[in-house]
Amino acid sequence: MKGFNRRQTALALLLFALALLCAVTVAGVALADQAMVTDFSRKNLAPCGQFLFGTDWMGRDMLSRTLTGLSLSIRIGLLTAAVSAAIALLLGAGSALLGGWADGVISWVIDLVMGIPHILLVMLISLAFGKGFTGVVAGVALSHWTSLARVVRGEVLQLKGAPYILTAQKLGLSRMAVLRRHMLPHLLPQFLTGLVLLFPHAILHEASVTFLGFGLPPEQPAIGVILSESMGYLTTGKWWLAVFPGLALVGVVLLFALLGDQLRRLLDPASVHE
Amino acid sequence: MKHRLLFTGKKLIRMVLLLLGVSLAAFLLMSASPLDPLQTNVGQAALGSMSQEQIAKLEDYWGVNDPPVQRYLGWLGDFVRGDMGTSLLYRQPVSRVISQRLQNSLWLMAFAWVLSGVLGLTLGVVAGANRGRLGDKVIRGYCLLISSTPTFWLALVLLMIFAVWLGVLPIGLSVPIGVDAASVTMGDRLYHAILPALTLSITGVANIALHTREKMIDILESDYVLFARARGESKTSIVLRHGLRNVALPAITLQFASISEIFGGSVLVEQVFSYPGLGQAAVTAGLGADLPLLLGITVVSAAIVFGGNLIADLLYGVVDPKIRRGAAKV
Amino acid sequence: MEPVLEVKDLSISFTQYQGGTRCRVLPVIRRLSLTIEAGQVVAVVGSSGSGKSLLAHGILGILPYNSHMEGELRYRGEPLTPRRAERLRGREIVLVPQGVTYLDPLMKVGPQLRGGRRDVQAKRQSREVLARYGLGPETEERYPFELSGGMARRVLIATAAAQSPRLLIADEPTPGLDARAAGRILGHFQEIAQQGAGVLLITHDLELALTIAQKVAVFYAGETVEEAAAEDFAAGRLRHPYTNALWNALPQNGFTPIPGSQPWPGEEGSGCPFAPRCPRRSAACAGDIPWRIVNGGQVRCLYPEGGEKP
Repeated sequence: MKGFNRRQTALALLLFALALLCAVTVAGVALADQAMVTDFSRKNLAPCGQFLFGTDWMGRDMLSRTLTGLSLSIRIGLLTAAVSAAIALLLGAGSALLGGWADGVISWVIDLVMGIPHILLVMLISLAFGKGFTGVVAGVALSHWTSLARVVRGEVLQLKGAPYILTAQKLGLSRMAVLRRHMLPHLLPQFLTGLVLLFPHAILHEASVTFLGFGLPPEQPAIGVILSESMGYLTTGKWWLAVFPGLALVGVVLLFALLGDQLRRLLDPASVHE
Repeated sequence: MKHRLLFTGKKLIRMVLLLLGVSLAAFLLMSASPLDPLQTNVGQAALGSMSQEQIAKLEDYWGVNDPPVQRYLGWLGDFVRGDMGTSLLYRQPVSRVISQRLQNSLWLMAFAWVLSGVLGLTLGVVAGANRGRLGDKVIRGYCLLISSTPTFWLALVLLMIFAVWLGVLPIGLSVPIGVDAASVTMGDRLYHAILPALTLSITGVANIALHTREKMIDILESDYVLFARARGESKTSIVLRHGLRNVALPAITLQFASISEIFGGSVLVEQVFSYPGLGQAAVTAGLGADLPLLLGITVVSAAIVFGGNLIADLLYGVVDPKIRRGAAKV
Repeated sequence: MEPVLEVKDLSISFTQYQGGTRCRVLPVIRRLSLTIEAGQVVAVVGSSGSGKSLLAHGILGILPYNSHMEGELRYRGEPLTPRRAERLRGREIVLVPQGVTYLDPLMKVGPQLRGGRRDVQAKRQSREVLARYGLGPETEERYPFELSGGMARRVLIATAAAQSPRLLIADEPTPGLDARAAGRILGHFQEIAQQGAGVLLITHDLELALTIAQKVAVFYAGETVEEAAAEDFAAGRLRHPYTNALWNALPQNGFTPIPGSQPWPGEEGSGCPFAPRCPRRSAACAGDIPWRIVNGGQVRCLYPEGGEKP
């Protein structure tokens, strides 16, 4: 063994991604005011030393706007992924543990939610909540839990019938003790990885729905809003309005995907041999 | 055979129930919306200058005053008779708007569906068979990058490159502007569908390739591949003889599950390229609170998705010898 | 005549992660030695979890990528390099695996048996070999899930016999079969040996192994502890305490259990892995134990029975 082994590399990458995401979030919050400053003396500037991402038709600094937008995306992503994961855990575990008609109903609801194309569903829920911040958060949170719920259900079902769980119950361990000592350690890695892998989807769908006009309001410097506005200026050659904010968003999503991948590598018991 | 029919029948009933659920859910969500269709479509200023009778008439048109249950049951009754209501924005029967738009979208979606399926399967098999080597890393990297890219941004970038900078492809719309509908040629249609179809295909590949790769790796770690190696089969022969055969079943599921994603992608892509398809109509209907149209589109898209699942289930029965032979014996 | 296979001081280890980011090398097979002559059935007997299957994979050169193999392998007098193994496997050196999971679940038996060849001759050959094992031509049209346990084993043997091998490695070929069916399967191996091939039978079932083997290598926690002739067992000429314990644990020999359990890979300390459970151990057992000849068999023990007393 020389240098770092795979797991140490994974841990390093994980911390790196985490640090970068935190930095972007903090920077975005700090630059929120600057992102709104208009100055018509410097409008439509292409990227240069002073304005790395250029400026828009109102002379606003695109770098500040992008960072603020990303920060907003990350925070919405965290919120919606957390809510989604909680729903998934509750319904998935409930479905498996209760069984019978409860299982049937929950499975049916999962099928139903999966039957409506994602974007359309987020649009519909956002509309029901009157669009804006509440709308997009509700839309993303209420539509992304299905696959994870299925995973949780499958895992719990498998655990429920596992010989060592049955033995623990026969040995007289209380339900809570079985749940805590024997089921949770097995479920937690799966669930955590599932949660982290929800972030990229949540962020992408928030941006998409905002882009379509069903999400965050136009006065907010969200990535979806910025890109939607840039549409009107593309034919006149103002490429930087779309390229940099989009690239930055891709970067953030990639960081989250990287985070999830490395976390899986560290937590998955089956990866001991890698 | 009887067994298969029973299976199909059960699936069909479940599908109808799910569709009913979808329509009810979509309806409830839309009627829960606090957004006032009059404000969105007529505008605050215009409303202010109208008389009470005029407003009442408009409210009647947009269906604001009826209780939701009555409206849903009314809609459902009409729907069963084949009447999906009238689009408030287009002032045409919803069924006509949808069938027109669907024709445009179907081109796009079918092309993207086939291309991304074939390409995704190939890339996934190649990556899985060469796990850990350069080819695998490149394919995996590409897929990760693409699945981290918002579809609409990819569409914007392609639009900038091919339509604005190079100027080789049109900026949008399904036909040239100002040309009579009758004189639009097949070539025109294709020409205008290239960019949207390309965008959809590129994004569709990633998911299918990544999942196929995982399956391929599982297969290559199986006992039967180990035995094939012990019997001296070459790597190529193993991939072609055992890999492809066993990846076929999950591929069917993946391919039909991707319909929903392709549809979602088409909403965004059509919006960017102002391509007059079903997805764009959904956005317009949503923004304009055109309840009948949005409801119709939701139900139709869900029907397409469920139909895809049903076909996948039936295909499974044909391809999987366990089901095929097992059913024959029952 | 040269032996078909010679294995000398073979070790196989894995790289594995443990508790977070620590990485360690896990030895699974250590210092294994074994010789198989043509026409001979040699059994490797050990309880499950002792790393027996890896021996088969090591000889065939199909170990997983995170494993590491050391030691010497010679096939018919020449070193068995990975390259040579690749050329020979499936032709001169064949494997009979454990069960039906080793057959492609979506391919019919016929094409699997023919291994990709489609000519008329291959078809005739596959029918012949199926018939030899009492399977009708309709078996070719069956999928693996349509085979019974015994049929699946016979199909697996047929894949091996179709090649007229010089070395056959059978990896636990009988579990799940009743005594009669298992006996029939072993009879097939004996037949193949009588036609001149060397047979390496890897099993956990000592009793069954003794019915056909001329020589038995006993495996404990990744090490061969004894290599004895089959007749040594009944004659009470066993050398290693573990072999003795194994023999006495058989129902007809008193059914005496051995206290304690076999250490997991990586758990064994230095010296003799059986020492903690051994009635004859002394302080010296923690040191290096040589592989030596006692009464015509080989043993890795300081105080073998029939040798000098402790």
